[in-house]
Amino acid sequence: MSNQTTIHTDLCVIGAGPVGLFAVFEAGLLKMRCHLIDALPQVGGQLSEIYPHKPIYDIPGFPEIKAQELVDNLMEQIKPFDPGFTLGEKVEKLNRDENGVFKVTTSYNTEIHCKAVVIAGGLGCFEPRKPDIENLAVFEGKGVNYMVKDPEVYRNKKIVVAGGGDSALDWTIFLANIAKETTLVHRGDTFRGAPDSAEKVFKLAEMGKINLILSSHLTKINGNGHLKEINLLGKDKEEKTLEADYLIPLFGLSPKLGPIADWGLNIEKSQIMVNTQDYSTNVEGIFAIGDINTYPGKLKLILSGFHEGALMAQSAFKFVYPDQKLSFKYTTVYGVNSF
Amino acid sequence: MIKLTVVDRNGTEQKLEIPEEINLNLMEVLKASDYEILANCGGMALCATCHVQVLEGLDQLPEPQDQEMDMLDTLPNAGSDSRLACQLRINEQLEGIKVKIKGDLV
Repeated sequence: MSNQTTIHTDLCVIGAGPVGLFAVFEAGLLKMRCHLIDALPQVGGQLSEIYPHKPIYDIPGFPEIKAQELVDNLMEQIKPFDPGFTLGEKVEKLNRDENGVFKVTTSYNTEIHCKAVVIAGGLGCFEPRKPDIENLAVFEGKGVNYMVKDPEVYRNKKIVVAGGGDSALDWTIFLANIAKETTLVHRGDTFRGAPDSAEKVFKLAEMGKINLILSSHLTKINGNGHLKEINLLGKDKEEKTLEADYLIPLFGLSPKLGPIADWGLNIEKSQIMVNTQDYSTNVEGIFAIGDINTYPGKLKLILSGFHEGALMAQSAFKFVYPDQKLSFKYTTVYGVNSF
Repeated sequence: MIKLTVVDRNGTEQKLEIPEEINLNLMEVLKASDYEILANCGGMALCATCHVQVLEGLDQLPEPQDQEMDMLDTLPNAGSDSRLACQLRINEQLEGIKVKIKGDLV
């Protein structure tokens, strides 16, 4: 395929949260180079995306540190080891060639060739939450879209937005000016978030610019190769059928393992099972550290993830330098030698 | 002791008695009582897999905070009686409530 970027490194770290970042440090001490991939456009994982200003109290040596500050410090700490970053891209595929080289491919066709893979994916990738409708998957991409990428697609079309959160409200308001007909379906009869947007939606409904259907949920969708109609059921048990070119279910995002679930790893309750000796998975050369792994006694703490990264690096060494013997060194004795 | 009733996904009811001073939230108690709940965000109101429907005692519970409210608003199967178990601390406000487990398992 065109536009392919190929990157060569020792360890490919999937997930650039605190644990993935610190793994770069531990790997760097052992002279292993790292490349990190993250679906988010910035490093830091949950810390930067969800609670950058929240204080964390259980990082050793820091009685209190703000989440973003910890991420900034980690970035400073790993600078000597000059890691590479591919941000805003999701990991899609993992292959291994006959020489044992892993090839990790992203959603934008970036290929990372490496000697070992470290999954530090946290909760996983945040993916759109899907409503429970029988034949939903049949119409995905054929009228059912979970996000609005190009609003022009909806010009002069009949659109049904489903959901009651901020994004459902905001997109309804936006699409009301573009679509031929915009309908918002919400399970409840009020909107609890963003009062401004809710007020606007009620106003647009009063003015007849949108069709607002409350206390109802989607039950079925139909079409012939492309979405044509949507069935609803109201709290009053009344059934309704809407004609629609597009259905946009906006029910927020939920963390999912994604394609990692298909890599032949032992998985229990959406978490990767590992050996606590070195946090290796059942597939040789693939490790899992941080919140994404599980083992007896697992604690989902940043500090546990740091420890897991240190042990992982000791074991990953043999994939990067199969002919060398590893000797353990303290940073107090040897310092940090940059690349 | 706080007494409450839990209805699992199959409709089986069970009464739980929880010491007041336990300092856990309802999600943690449900997990510890071997109910099938993913709770993969660990109680940060991010994954909504600890979603419960409050069948009795909804009004006696503390009001949801913004983060819980935002999450509940987005869920496809949430109603006005929905709460996230991770946001309900075990205390006397939970006395006598009845909840049904609804969170996703995938």
